[in-house]
Amino acid sequence: MNSFLALLMRDMRLAYRQGSALTMTLSFFVIAVTLFPLGVGPELDVLARIGPGVLWVGALLACLLTLDRIFQADYEDGTLEQLLMGPLPIEFIVLAKIMAHWITSVLPLIIVSPILAISLNLHSDGIWAMVISLLIGTPVLSLIGAVGGALTVAMRRGGVLLSLLVLPLYIPVLIFGVASVEAAVALLPMGPHLMLLGGLSLGALVVCPFAAAAALRLAVE
Amino acid sequence: MAIDLHKYANPTRFLRIANAIFPWSIVVSVGLLVAGLYLGLFVAPPDYQQGETVRIMFVHVPAAWMAMSVYSMMAVSSAAGLIWKHPVADLSAKAAAPIGACFTFLALVTGSLWGQPMWGAYWVWDARLTSMLILLFLYLGYMAVWESFEDQSKAAKAAAILVLIGAINIPIIKFSVDWWNTLHQPASVATMEGPKIHGSILTPLLIMGLAYTSLFVTIFIIRVRAEILGRRLRMLRVNQLQE
Repeated sequence: MNSFLALLMRDMRLAYRQGSALTMTLSFFVIAVTLFPLGVGPELDVLARIGPGVLWVGALLACLLTLDRIFQADYEDGTLEQLLMGPLPIEFIVLAKIMAHWITSVLPLIIVSPILAISLNLHSDGIWAMVISLLIGTPVLSLIGAVGGALTVAMRRGGVLLSLLVLPLYIPVLIFGVASVEAAVALLPMGPHLMLLGGLSLGALVVCPFAAAAALRLAVE
Repeated sequence: MAIDLHKYANPTRFLRIANAIFPWSIVVSVGLLVAGLYLGLFVAPPDYQQGETVRIMFVHVPAAWMAMSVYSMMAVSSAAGLIWKHPVADLSAKAAAPIGACFTFLALVTGSLWGQPMWGAYWVWDARLTSMLILLFLYLGYMAVWESFEDQSKAAKAAAILVLIGAINIPIIKFSVDWWNTLHQPASVATMEGPKIHGSILTPLLIMGLAYTSLFVTIFIIRVRAEILGRRLRMLRVNQLQE
């Protein structure tokens, strides 16, 4: 457990010290979301209608941008091999890195999302639903993304392949995430959607560390 | 399992059996395709609501069946390849992928051509259609993984991991029409109460299903044979260079 926490803290400290990565992800998210009002026009009704979808897609793409960083740097400088030889099972190494990725790259997006939601004229019920659905749903993005990142870590140009592998698997999260916000805006119960999102998160939590660990073993062998 | 599948993992034995099946599978698939298309397009009665467009079903439904069964077959053989390290298992998953992708594409295209007159739109974003589209992307991603690794054994493992993760989509496709309210009609052939389709339409449909299956077997044998021979050729070349 100690080495798990140590690895988690190390990854978060690294991300914090390389501060540019965090601000770049955040700026990407803000800019990508800002493009939509400019693209579809500033009518507030239209923006309120597409707002949940735009925010979810923006968060998804911003998350995608940072996926290659989960394992890439450690793979290139050989740290990953050292970690794999250590006492911590690979599955836990993967889990620690996924948690660090979620905390450093996804959580900031969730924190700024209410502000963007206001700018998209989202209803106040919808803003809360937005934050809750992102909190429950986005761990899936990091978990599935880690599998893609581990599969493509040894490739020179893995980025495009990574998005091809990961984006189709993100679609269910997107569907239920947006559905829960829209249910909240329409004053319908959003519980079922959130439960499905939670189910996706728990399922991914079970499956993805093992798959990513298998892929990492493959990459370093 | 009663039959020992491991003995078919030997490429030479696999090739011998595949070569023995191959001429028969050609004859069977041509015969069944001709019979199924004739029965479906000329003999089967038009639907009382959909008219003649119902005939698209004989091309569309078996293609969708094949799209899902080929993926399931890839998942099973990838698992076998990961667990027992059978080279033929990896190669057969690799060989099946483009065929499955073609069936998926065929199902999507015929479905949208059928959807236009029936639903008034070529495409609707409902659960069945979306999950089939995801299946197509999974096939494409799988093929891309094979292309991206130089080391074939690494590519096999990476692709197997991807295919096993994506296998979660198969039950979602199957039950999407029951879990969500969709435009797509629910299951009407393989239901607990038996088929809900009249025999005059069901028979050509099942014949087309069998025809597609044997067509798949035929193309699959060609592709696996090419993969095995290609791998041998590569080994020979490497040996030649080493000497």
